[in-house]
Amino acid sequence: MAEPLLRLDDLHKNFGGLAVTDGVTLDVRPGEVHAIIGPNGAGKTTLLNEISGLVPVDRGSIVFDGNDITRLSAHARARLGIARTFQITSIVPGFSVQENAMLAVQAQLASTFDFVRSQGFDRDMVAAADDVLEQVGLAVRARTPAGLLSHGEKRALELAVAIALKPKLVLLDEPAAGTGRGETERLVEMLRALKDRFTIVLVEHDMDAVFALADRISVLVYGRVIACGTPGEIRNDPAVKIAYLGEEEAA
Amino acid sequence: MRWPALTRPGRAVLVLTIAVFVALALAPLFAPWITGERYILGLLARVMIFAIAAVSLDLILGYGGLVSFGHAAFVGLGAYAVGILSAHGITDVTVVLPVTLAVCALFAVGTGAVAVRTRGVYFIMITLAFGQMAYYTATSLAQYGGDDGLRLDHRSTLFGTPIATDPLAFYYVVFGALLFFYLLTRVIVSSRFGRVLRAARQNPVRVETLGFNVGQVRLTAYVIAGMIAGVSGFLLANHILFVSPAYMSWQRSGELIVMVVLGGMGTLHGAVIGSLAFLLIEEFLSTITEHWKVIFGPMLILVVLFARGGLLGLLGGRHG
Repeated sequence: MAEPLLRLDDLHKNFGGLAVTDGVTLDVRPGEVHAIIGPNGAGKTTLLNEISGLVPVDRGSIVFDGNDITRLSAHARARLGIARTFQITSIVPGFSVQENAMLAVQAQLASTFDFVRSQGFDRDMVAAADDVLEQVGLAVRARTPAGLLSHGEKRALELAVAIALKPKLVLLDEPAAGTGRGETERLVEMLRALKDRFTIVLVEHDMDAVFALADRISVLVYGRVIACGTPGEIRNDPAVKIAYLGEEEAA
Repeated sequence: MRWPALTRPGRAVLVLTIAVFVALALAPLFAPWITGERYILGLLARVMIFAIAAVSLDLILGYGGLVSFGHAAFVGLGAYAVGILSAHGITDVTVVLPVTLAVCALFAVGTGAVAVRTRGVYFIMITLAFGQMAYYTATSLAQYGGDDGLRLDHRSTLFGTPIATDPLAFYYVVFGALLFFYLLTRVIVSSRFGRVLRAARQNPVRVETLGFNVGQVRLTAYVIAGMIAGVSGFLLANHILFVSPAYMSWQRSGELIVMVVLGGMGTLHGAVIGSLAFLLIEEFLSTITEHWKVIFGPMLILVVLFARGGLLGLLGGRHG
């Protein structure tokens, strides 16, 4: 078995008296889509925040690509190749779609302190941005202010931004949240295309999407991983049925 | 929700901006036909000096979202660099200007490193506190005039020779400086660096998780703005030939914010037009009544209420 790309070892996090992450140990293998599912309040988004560096953990370690990143800042982790999307769409609303993508391309170039080059003189960056927009079907919207996009288009822009970073690992926080049926299907198609290019950690409520995409699934309940396995194993796991899928079917 | 138009100012704004710069460039040609020529040139020079400070404030306020309530401290530091060096017989631009820039950069790095860790009201309070600290430090400099300030014998010199001694030459030095810093900040805000700064104003978490060190970017902008404001202080001291702690007071910082907001923040030319409007209205109203602030206050409120983009907002078009 190859070394895991991401290894979470005994992570703990309390918010006040509430253990939102309660001893999570988890491996993400290179190239896999690793889905994290669980009922509301299970601590899925918190876990992504811990991996991307937005929330510090109380205890435990996070090793990414051979580096202990437990204490690194969010921007340093992004530099190492961890990209993420957000459950609540997070874009730069006043920028055009193209400039949102350019920002990500620029981040990937590690070019912050360039005080001279503006959009008009950045042909290569514009081309790179247009390329990722093409991949998610937003090329025609390049000049639209990102804040004016439809919800589904904003979700697609989030993906474009993540792709533009050329990351080693992509954390997707409910990419299908709030999208309609048709849009979800389109999104799943888009994600399927990304599957071969990136290692992905996917938090998602839409079970059809999860079972269509995931190589492995970890089930998180009250901050603990109660099961981890292939979609087939998870589907037949009695504990999971009770804790999660059962609820879903009963509902 | 509506988002402002992107990247390009409206045509009307562009025309107005160019018209303002052309008018400032040509003003001395017409001044001889107006009574009080020296007075008018002096007033316009003062307007342009404050416009430089306002443009630098707009860089961090309008583009960076950092509401600094202590920006006048840099103007004061620049002025005091001139005053204190002059008191020791050092008046050469080649020494005074680098010292001004260095002092402002140091003060900006020191105060900014603390301030950029905070946001919103806390940023306002911390910059206000640092500004007042500089103010009270200046008032306590007994050997340099303390509360009363410091008079200069003459303007800064270049390689020992007096330069820009007549008002006209000085006017064009100030005009050149304003044009230079306006264009410099314009280049900065549209550069790659500027893109990160602008994005971080709207969505810092997103920018941080893209891999940009938001704090470092903000600090850099803060230092650049502080140094430019320092140059405006350097020019102010040379203009009035007087240096006073009052330059650093929080009221002055507030006035700079008003100039930026009045003209339309996040546009740069708004800062220029705001300074022009602010100082000319102040000058005009104060000739009518000593209670001019009673008229000026409501005017400001009306602009803020009915022209969200400032005076420029009335013309449409805005920077993102």
